[in-house]
Amino acid sequence: MLYIKCPHCGMRPQTEFSYGGDASVKRPELNKDVSDQEWDDFVYNRKSLRGKHLELWQHISGCRQWIKVERDTATHEIFRTFKADEEVA
Amino acid sequence: MTQAFRIETGGLINREKKLSFKFNGKSYSGYEGDTLASALLANGVHLVGRSFKYHRPRGFFGAGVDEPYAVVQLYRNGETEPNIKATEQELFEGLEAKSVNCWPNVNFDIGAINNFLKIFLPAGFYYKTFMWPKSFWYRIYEPFIRKAAGLGVASTKHDNERYEHKYEYCDLLIAGSGPSGLAGAYAAAKNGAKVILAEDKPRFGGSLLTSDVNIGNQSGKDWAEGIIAELKTMSNVVVKNRSQIFGYYDHNMLVMSEKVSDHLPNTKKYHPNKRLWYIRAKEVLISSGSIERPIVFGNNDTPGVMLSSAAKEYLKVYGVLVGRNPLVFTNNDSGYETAIEFKKLGVDPIILDTRKNPASEIIDEAKNLGINIKNSYVVVAAQGYKKVKSADIASISDDKKQLGKIESIKCDCICVSGFWTPSIHLASQSGNKTKFKEEIDAFVPGQSKQNERTLGAANGVFSLEETLKTSFAAGSELSKKITENDNEVPVPNVVEKKFSQHDKFWCVPLPEGKNYKRFLDFQNDVSVSDVEIALREGYRSIEHVKRYTTLGMATDQGKTSNLNGLQLVSEIENKVVPAVGHTTFRPPYTPVSIGAIVGREVGKHSKPTRKSPMHNWHEKNNAVFVDAGVWLRPRYYKRGNENLFEASKREAKNVRTNVGVCDVTTLGKIDIKGPDAAEFLNRVYTNAWLKLPVGKARYGVMLREDGIVMDDGTTTRISENHYHMTTTTAQAANVLSHLEYYLQLVWPKLNVNVVSTTEQWAGAAIAGPKSRVLLQKLFPNSDVSNEGLPFMGYMEGDLFGVKARIFRISFSGELAYEVNVESDNGNYMWEKIVEVGEQFKIQPYGTEALSTLRIEMGHVAGSELDGRTIPYDNALEGLVSKKKDFIGKRSLQRAAFTAHDRQRIVGVVPLDKKTSIPEGSHLVKDANAPLPNPKLGHISASCWSVEHDNPFSLAILKDGKNMIGEKLFVMSPLKNKVIPVEIVSSHYVDPKGERVRS
Ligand SMILES: [Zn+2]
Repeated sequence: MLYIKCPHCGMRPQTEFSYGGDASVKRPELNKDVSDQEWDDFVYNRKSLRGKHLELWQHISGCRQWIKVERDTATHEIFRTFKADEEVA
Repeated sequence: MTQAFRIETGGLINREKKLSFKFNGKSYSGYEGDTLASALLANGVHLVGRSFKYHRPRGFFGAGVDEPYAVVQLYRNGETEPNIKATEQELFEGLEAKSVNCWPNVNFDIGAINNFLKIFLPAGFYYKTFMWPKSFWYRIYEPFIRKAAGLGVASTKHDNERYEHKYEYCDLLIAGSGPSGLAGAYAAAKNGAKVILAEDKPRFGGSLLTSDVNIGNQSGKDWAEGIIAELKTMSNVVVKNRSQIFGYYDHNMLVMSEKVSDHLPNTKKYHPNKRLWYIRAKEVLISSGSIERPIVFGNNDTPGVMLSSAAKEYLKVYGVLVGRNPLVFTNNDSGYETAIEFKKLGVDPIILDTRKNPASEIIDEAKNLGINIKNSYVVVAAQGYKKVKSADIASISDDKKQLGKIESIKCDCICVSGFWTPSIHLASQSGNKTKFKEEIDAFVPGQSKQNERTLGAANGVFSLEETLKTSFAAGSELSKKITENDNEVPVPNVVEKKFSQHDKFWCVPLPEGKNYKRFLDFQNDVSVSDVEIALREGYRSIEHVKRYTTLGMATDQGKTSNLNGLQLVSEIENKVVPAVGHTTFRPPYTPVSIGAIVGREVGKHSKPTRKSPMHNWHEKNNAVFVDAGVWLRPRYYKRGNENLFEASKREAKNVRTNVGVCDVTTLGKIDIKGPDAAEFLNRVYTNAWLKLPVGKARYGVMLREDGIVMDDGTTTRISENHYHMTTTTAQAANVLSHLEYYLQLVWPKLNVNVVSTTEQWAGAAIAGPKSRVLLQKLFPNSDVSNEGLPFMGYMEGDLFGVKARIFRISFSGELAYEVNVESDNGNYMWEKIVEVGEQFKIQPYGTEALSTLRIEMGHVAGSELDGRTIPYDNALEGLVSKKKDFIGKRSLQRAAFTAHDRQRIVGVVPLDKKTSIPEGSHLVKDANAPLPNPKLGHISASCWSVEHDNPFSLAILKDGKNMIGEKLFVMSPLKNKVIPVEIVSSHYVDPKGERVRS
């Protein structure tokens, strides 16, 4: 079971969070023409990479904030966590 | 029975307390502090079971967790548990156990015929033979294997024992209470760290209980007792015996199984049987020790052949002689320690040492005691069927290839020592990449991956002095990092005997003309020849060899067999052992009872049951409840002898003719506030929201980004910047997360806040043609006329002194209202509605009638919004705005979603107007078409239409739009039904929707 540092609440067990997928995905702007390819990339296509991955988690049984977690998908190592509006350098 | 093999004095058992027990129906006695194994051995019982494949007689091989043979079925406290190791089970008064793997009994076992048919059961036998002919599998092979195999019988009764889960956090978790664990724990505790020390055995001390050493001028055992006693007095320390850490998971989470009651005849009141600990540790010290390795020789599975360390443990801890005529077969000095213990009691052992000329302090001691030592000698084979009677021994050449002349010597046990294998399981589970240590022919932990450190014998360090030094240092250093205390703990001086180099010899060659079985894996009956076959057949990877031969796959996970298996593969393949590599160590380290894993999650879920404020009223009025997620909702209100069908029909009919009231508290409610709330809703829902006036409600549909309908419900504009959203009961939590996702991540600039208010409001739906006159009586000061409160209107009112929200919305398709009050007033509201409604023949209705009403109206719900349908499929495309953008809109342009024959909701009526249609059935064109019969659609929901008095269903049907009037068949292979049906409009009642506006 992972141990995740919520930037708002501190270290919490994984059972308090729910997973939200790749954090690097950007939703196309509203009211903009979007090609099929662009839309498929947004909705479906994911890199599913091995290694360092920036992903979204929501602290559902805590502060309910969506956070960004930098995690190694192979080793589960968590490097850093960010608030939703924090820039990831 | 006398305990003929119990020595007069000595051991750590309590001779004051005699216990009686039964094994295979026979009565014996033992002492408090015995294990079942030691008590049986004290009574001279060596035959405890039969092996898995050949049903050969099996005795005891070890004295603890590594035991491969002595697995028994235990009867305790009215329950039975399989797969119990006799070497771990503590004796209690009245214990009963039976052998497994034997039929009809352990002395005469029909399955032993496999032993003589061995030629038919080589590696891969099951794969090759039982696969053909295929039809034989179910009828002949499988029943045969099931009868013959197995490690006991699981109870089919309800388990009355309690099992607990516990979550714990600590600075240092220490696995094992041998010298290394004690030293590490003590040093860390002295620095004020929060320490948990776990020992799987009942007694603390590990190897110190049996070894002949001195620490700080006292015996190792006394030193251990002193340390434990002091640790127990410290408030920052938890010491736990009977507690096995069996799994090392991510982020330093370890799981431990504590046997709370297994050593007692009955579980104490309020105590669990077992307790599972989830421990998050900042640092972990793995002090799990090592397990002695066997040397492989002919018939090495005969009862009476056991590890030399086990023989020593039975002697020193339990005061039991495993034989009066012992033969010690060793390639290192450990065997001498065992021999010396025998000799001290006046028993004359013979030592066969594979080494030519070993010299050390301990060997000198053995010589001085006059022990008969034969160098360059091996056991070729054990002789005796149910118990060792003699051994064939021979000298061996220096290159260990040639055996000398074979002699037979009498003995009643053979104590084997092939050196030591560090227990690296936990370290390996943590992700540590292990490395091979040449000097000890075994793997040890390499670079740590998590915050773990392996110390002492588990790390391949067999010197006590070195172990204590490194463990004290590790305990101090790691705790200092956490507590910033630096209390020095002096390392005590150690007196121990130095060992000489062991011999790498591990397998005795077969003598000319003999074909003895030489076992590697004692529990799964995997022999040297099995591994040879696997390699001959082309299996190369050690993982494949393992699966093909089942080497190391038994419940002991190859604790005694793995390394010898690797040695063999490396010899045949002519590779060094590290190049062969080892198989992956996976949790659990030792079998954990299912009850402990399940914990309290048995029977009904342990989440709090959610009840509406009107729950007591429902109960008093004969409601029959149904689980709706974690909520309990009335399904129907029983009158007299009514069944579900009759009651729900009555309730639904009363809504259509008079007025009904339904508890809708469980609906999800979300409060939405902020200047950008309208804009936000406009993006979330498919329809337009910018122009909804204050005091109006609107029905909305929301999609996921992939175009699939996520949820539907009404949202009301309470004031300028304040909305009240409702969701379905099932999707309430998901919708809230969905909204939060967009507000926090996608459109953070929108000034909107959302919060769940599901539990803040109690809700009652009042539905039926008489609902308005009732409402007028409930709110005499409000204008609830069709003009004052039109369809989809909203107002606040005063319900006999209680503030209420009144929504004119309808799920039933009738003229209907929903009244909300603060939860605390819910029951008051409900009672008032029922009291005043009596004159209009009001009846409460449950979820079953609610379903009936919505189905015959063609209103969609969860069974249609099933995560596979888009708005069009549900005839909701009218709510999809063409002008504005919203979540998921772009996906609706996908080819499949715009296909001309796209699936769509329809109504289904059986031609005979009588036969009920099972939900989930398929719709087909031709009932007699060959399989697989092309499926055109499925029945999503069924009811008995109270309006038409015949069965009616909703279905999602391919090209549904053009299928109205078609005749199809409903097929339900599950219910074995074929029903001819007609496809009709999904709006079976009031298709123009006039009633809701009336
Ligand atoms: Zn949080």
